[in-house]
Amino acid sequence: MTTVAPGRTDRADSGAGSGKGDARRRLPRIPDRIRHGGLPYLLLLPAVVLELLVHLIPMVMGIVMSFRRLTQFYIRNWGEAPWAALDNYKVAVDFDAPIGQALLHSFYVTCLFTVFAVGLSWLFGVGAAIMMQENFRGRGFLRAVFLTPYALPVYAAVITWAFMFQRDNGLINHVLHDQLGLTDQPSFWLIGDNSFIALVVVAVWKSWPFAFLIVMAGLQNIPRELYEAAAIDGAGVWQQIRKITLPSLRPVNQVLVLVLFLWTFNDFNTPYVLFGRAAPEAADLISVHIYQSSFVAWNFGSGSAMSVLLLLFLLLVTAVHLLLTSRGRRGADA
Amino acid sequence: MRTIRAAAAVTALAAVTGCGGGTSADGGGSNESPKTLTYWASNQGPDIEADKKILTPELKKFEQQTGIKVKLEVVPWSDLLNRILAATTSGQGPDVLNIGNTWSASLQATGALLPWDRKNFDAIGGRDRFVGSAVASAGAEGKDPAAVPLYSLAYALYYNKKMFAEAGISQPPATWDQLVADGKKLSKNGKWALGAEGGNLANNIHQVFVLGKQHGADFFDSSAKPTFTSDGAVAAVKQYVDFMAKDKIIAPGNAEYAQNQSLQDFARGRTAMVLWQAAASTFAAQGMKPADWGVAPVPVPAGAPGTGRNTNSMVAGINMAVFKNTKNIDGAKKFVKFMTSDAEQKLLNKTYGSIPPVKAAQQDPAFSAPDLKVLRDTLTAGAAPLPQVPTESQFETAVGTAVKQLWADAAAGLPVTTESVRARLAKAQQQMQQ
Repeated sequence: MTTVAPGRTDRADSGAGSGKGDARRRLPRIPDRIRHGGLPYLLLLPAVVLELLVHLIPMVMGIVMSFRRLTQFYIRNWGEAPWAALDNYKVAVDFDAPIGQALLHSFYVTCLFTVFAVGLSWLFGVGAAIMMQENFRGRGFLRAVFLTPYALPVYAAVITWAFMFQRDNGLINHVLHDQLGLTDQPSFWLIGDNSFIALVVVAVWKSWPFAFLIVMAGLQNIPRELYEAAAIDGAGVWQQIRKITLPSLRPVNQVLVLVLFLWTFNDFNTPYVLFGRAAPEAADLISVHIYQSSFVAWNFGSGSAMSVLLLLFLLLVTAVHLLLTSRGRRGADA
Repeated sequence: MRTIRAAAAVTALAAVTGCGGGTSADGGGSNESPKTLTYWASNQGPDIEADKKILTPELKKFEQQTGIKVKLEVVPWSDLLNRILAATTSGQGPDVLNIGNTWSASLQATGALLPWDRKNFDAIGGRDRFVGSAVASAGAEGKDPAAVPLYSLAYALYYNKKMFAEAGISQPPATWDQLVADGKKLSKNGKWALGAEGGNLANNIHQVFVLGKQHGADFFDSSAKPTFTSDGAVAAVKQYVDFMAKDKIIAPGNAEYAQNQSLQDFARGRTAMVLWQAAASTFAAQGMKPADWGVAPVPVPAGAPGTGRNTNSMVAGINMAVFKNTKNIDGAKKFVKFMTSDAEQKLLNKTYGSIPPVKAAQQDPAFSAPDLKVLRDTLTAGAAPLPQVPTESQFETAVGTAVKQLWADAAAGLPVTTESVRARLAKAQQQMQQ
């Protein structure tokens, strides 16, 4: 979070008679020392305290817990849990043993899921936003419809998908198998390998409206004259998209893809509601996997270690992303 | 990051409130607030409101008798264990709470629950008032129970009389061989013999635990080490999944059932049998008449239900526990005494369709209805508690998930062999960390 430095006018002597001076006299009297040096920090204090309480302290505690052997024997007084040094981390990254293997598998599944879910969400979002640029009858209605998944409560939406994916009574098989005859027999979507497809479908359905919304806002900033000039020069629709729309959207897309990546990689609600506590191996996302290690297997030390590793990975990805995009921006500015 | 927050949220609560499950070393609680109690009841009825309606008048009755006001909160099953963990960690929990009896040993290991030694049992009328197997399911062997039995349940075989008659079967199967033979007669024309809840981890555990007993296997050795890959355990899991994979008497779709869909199938005449605990009220709600279905003991390998290899149910049910750091220890014991009194036991268990774990209350004629009589006899003669080890909760997840994956293999037509079962169970065993 950046702080706004007080403006130069604030540091000017309080000149009675000037407009600014009148305005300042209406403010409560604040000692000059505070106003000149500490006011911004004073104003930030409530946010900092809250951030510490609800975010940073628990995070630090989580990191501390990851170095302890914290099982149900110690949760009543977790400060007494024996130190495990790096044991929890060693177990998590021992890829020859089942726990490490399962975590690595879960990591791969999550990476693959993220690539598909973010890629498709972005594609649909951009496609829909570009199509919605043109004025046509019913555009407002369609925009509202497109945003519906984003507005629905996640739990209700995903549980509805879970019903639709049921093998024997679900709408998906009713359409694919009974009506269209595309499959020899009704498929399983909530168990087995198809569960990955089900997960991606629901995740994309849930997050593409966000991409649509952000890109639509980004498109508003592209001057129409550019398109008019391109059209006069004989550029077709594809060329206009490639040469004007996408380059102009680059800053928006950089933020959009990062946010979608973080949300998708950490998605807990979708797999948990869709598959319950024990997700199929093909759809074993890391967030549920860590939840299981902590709250279901009652091994909070191990779960915390996995969480810290996940945090480090996400920080690394974010740092690389920011580095690349800021370089790109500097390059563009040069 | 969200996962970090999740893992640390519980401890944050402890940090903010500045306590860590604070209680005296002897764990006897105190009597600082003698006029109030907080009670977390598990959701036993069709919904939470129904439970409130059932329990509130009883709590009023208790208040009139003792002057102690009980603040009730009905907690859904999906939240209960996490809520208990949070309460254990923070020391900010209820005074009295219901727990699933299979969690008893796991929660006992946290040290947060009042142990029911002779003195405490005497305060509620004595240990002998309760059925032995129910008390045995309230904590690890050799330790004072961590809870007191409240509602008891057991498994029975429910069968559709009309479907049996149409298939020319005169009586329910008493052995597994008979069940498979009858099952093959029943499984045709889009109808199936047996229902299962392949996606329900707890149900998977309940079934394979009993089959394990029948194969002479416990899932843990005497020192509480997991023995999931013993020949008996592997045979038990394979036998259960083979009802679908080899015998073809369970519909493949059951592999993904986890929301009691097998009971709906039974009520609609799609499935001829289910293994369940006290299903009568569910069948009635689904529009089935009591005359449409019969109930029999869960089959055994041979002979009659009993102990050891003729065990035919786990001891299912709900226990009542007291948090050690209660501010009203005497009131909490009085409340447990009230809830386990003969009169309350009759009333509550009749309402919920369960069996009273209190011997005297069991004699009430209401518990002699055909379905309840089978449950009662099973509890008396053929039920064994799940392993009472601290890692029971992990066991349910690890082995329940392995069985769920085997159901998925069977449903997809993949082979389910002794090797594939052993491999899944070996992985489950290796994931048990302690």
